[in-house]
Amino acid sequence: MDLILVNLIDGLVTGLLLFMLSAGLTLIFSMMGVLNFAHASFYMLGAYFAYSISLALGFWMGLLVAPLIVGLAGAAVERYGLRRVHQYGHVPELIFTFGLALLIEELVQFVWGKNQMAYSVPDVLNFTAFAISGNSIPAYKIFMIFISVGIFIGLLYVLTKTRVGMIIQAALSYPRTVEALGHNVPLIFMGVFGVGTALAGVAGVIAGPVLGTFPGMAFVLGSIVFVTIVIGGLGSLWGALFASLLIGWMTTFAKAYNIEMSNILNGLGIATPENLDESLFRDFWSLTSPQIADILPYILMVLILIFRPAGLFGKRSS
Amino acid sequence: MSNFDPNTDMPRGARPEEQITTDPSKPSERMQFRLMLFNLAPWIIASLVLLLLPAVFTNNSTITLMNQMMITIVFALAYNMLLGQGGMLSFGHAVYAGVGGFACMHIMNTSDFFSSIPLVILPFFGGLFGMGLAMIVGSFSTRSAGTVFAMISLGVGELIAASSVIIVAFFGGEGGVSGNRTDALPFFGNEFLQQINVYYLIAVWTIISAALMFLWSRTPVGRMANAVRDNPERAEFLGYSARWVRFYSFVASGFFAGVSGGLFAINYEILTEENLNTASSGVILLVTFLGGVGFFFGPIIGAVVFTLVQTVLSLQTELWAFYAGSLFLATVMFFPGGLAGLIMMHVPAFKLGKSKLLIIPYLKTLVPAAIGILAVCALVEMTFHYRHAATGDHEMTLFWTTFDSHTVLPWLVAAAIAAVGLGIARATAPSLKEAWNEANTRGAAS
Repeated sequence: MDLILVNLIDGLVTGLLLFMLSAGLTLIFSMMGVLNFAHASFYMLGAYFAYSISLALGFWMGLLVAPLIVGLAGAAVERYGLRRVHQYGHVPELIFTFGLALLIEELVQFVWGKNQMAYSVPDVLNFTAFAISGNSIPAYKIFMIFISVGIFIGLLYVLTKTRVGMIIQAALSYPRTVEALGHNVPLIFMGVFGVGTALAGVAGVIAGPVLGTFPGMAFVLGSIVFVTIVIGGLGSLWGALFASLLIGWMTTFAKAYNIEMSNILNGLGIATPENLDESLFRDFWSLTSPQIADILPYILMVLILIFRPAGLFGKRSS
Repeated sequence: MSNFDPNTDMPRGARPEEQITTDPSKPSERMQFRLMLFNLAPWIIASLVLLLLPAVFTNNSTITLMNQMMITIVFALAYNMLLGQGGMLSFGHAVYAGVGGFACMHIMNTSDFFSSIPLVILPFFGGLFGMGLAMIVGSFSTRSAGTVFAMISLGVGELIAASSVIIVAFFGGEGGVSGNRTDALPFFGNEFLQQINVYYLIAVWTIISAALMFLWSRTPVGRMANAVRDNPERAEFLGYSARWVRFYSFVASGFFAGVSGGLFAINYEILTEENLNTASSGVILLVTFLGGVGFFFGPIIGAVVFTLVQTVLSLQTELWAFYAGSLFLATVMFFPGGLAGLIMMHVPAFKLGKSKLLIIPYLKTLVPAAIGILAVCALVEMTFHYRHAATGDHEMTLFWTTFDSHTVLPWLVAAAIAAVGLGIARATAPSLKEAWNEANTRGAAS
């Protein structure tokens, strides 16, 4: 029971982290109709910028400034890159963001090198918040939860309760009409892109010390983020939240509990073959849940796409 | 102003019945024969070139490079059946090539069966396995094109790449699967011991595959793939199922990807997880797009150029992936037609006999631009050296000059060359544009 609680907290941290990325991505998707492949690269940029700033000005300035820089970079990418490619259609846009992801990874290696950065948790937060029957929960995890929940509530408030949010929502669904009403829709799109990438930047800043700041960090998280918003339903903020938490808990629990395939199969009444080492299915029989934890989201996504292509919370796709 | 309408190539104001330019009373067979010869010419030339290349480049490393090139050509052409002709963007196509290759490796390792077949038909088995996998995946992924298809392809790609470490029996885990191609039944006494023998095997397969893929694009199914790409609703109204058309393209593409995997297995005699991970899928997307998705021969150019760039640049600099990425991004932003598109842009000027007009302006703009870009690259290399070279190692060699990267002079020189080169290119760009418009306008030079 105690272990379940610990895993719930761990999964919540992973899920909320995923959500900070997928929230921006899903907003950008409903705006452009295109998945931003480079989204996780902005997350990586956030971590690297924050590391460089924290060397000079400390962690808190990094948390404040790095997302701003990332957001500006994102806005610039939208203004000078995507808007140009937009005229060629969706596939070139998708390819553009894909190329951008490759380029940012190379750029990061170029500037910071290939090694992991010594970006670590600030001393203020480097203590044990509380312990659940011997399993200590670091304060930094609690901090991560608070930051992400705060951002989610702030985002929800801005999008649903403020005038700016209303205009954004309107521009996402009826850009022409909103433009006719005198709003600068390209500017709104640039702003949404900037804010979305800045959110990814925040995620990078707070995830960098825990998950490690290295050139492959975008790749590790990148495809999982797509999986998240596809499962949640493209363009749905609530879907993104649900899917993020689902994936966070699913992978955490699969890693924490060593469930073996042979036990499941035996439980179903299928006997283990006599000479397992010779059998063609030997790898299948020796599967364990930690082994497949990382590919569970992909399996889920493929199943969702087959049986409910619009995603869990998505509207019927056109 | 000329007498011809630039849009239709017809005399201005001509009525439709006046637009027939050939005389229908003449026998048309001669014309057809010449047309056929004209269509066949690129194939004959390509075959001759492939046949004669080893006579020119005799050392083994060049032959290995050419083998790599041809394998990439087959794979890129197969990929373009999806991307260019079918409008389906796949982020996991390396899986089909990889699975085809792994299947071939396993066939190589079943000594009884393998010793009873000649090596030359092995890629066919690779194709069959690639096709089989494509049939399974395609049965659900081709339901829609666009983002959903791209996402499924990514998911399936990641899934299979990840299971390659888990399912050791088939994928061989971290070490991969290796075999020995010489165990096959000798083919007219040939055991394919030498690289050059393998070269000819791959060359023949490349020509056959390319020809088949070209012919596929001329079949009704291939034509319908274009229609479905451009407007699925209209294609459905004509009575074609967009989904089945996509499925056929997908399966055919899977077959040829599998063939390329089989060729890879023969050439390298080892396959690892690297052959089917997302990075390989990304590379083939890059190759195809760089070459140009709009034309059949685009991926061929892309494969040749990319393999050359990869091999030559990676020997010269550690930053080759950075340059390749920049080149890719520049292609997407400024030349969405790729290299093939760039070449085909010049066809109208060539047909008008005005391509000569372009040579001087091109030299005036592109040469300074190239020098400027090289200087920018030099700055990038110097920055990299300044930051990442071992401490105390101040000497670097760039463009056959050795200098100290920690002094100011080289930086000034490179920056000056970059500024001057790009400045000249910028200044002469308007006259190039003018010449371009002139060369593409019918009529005498004004």
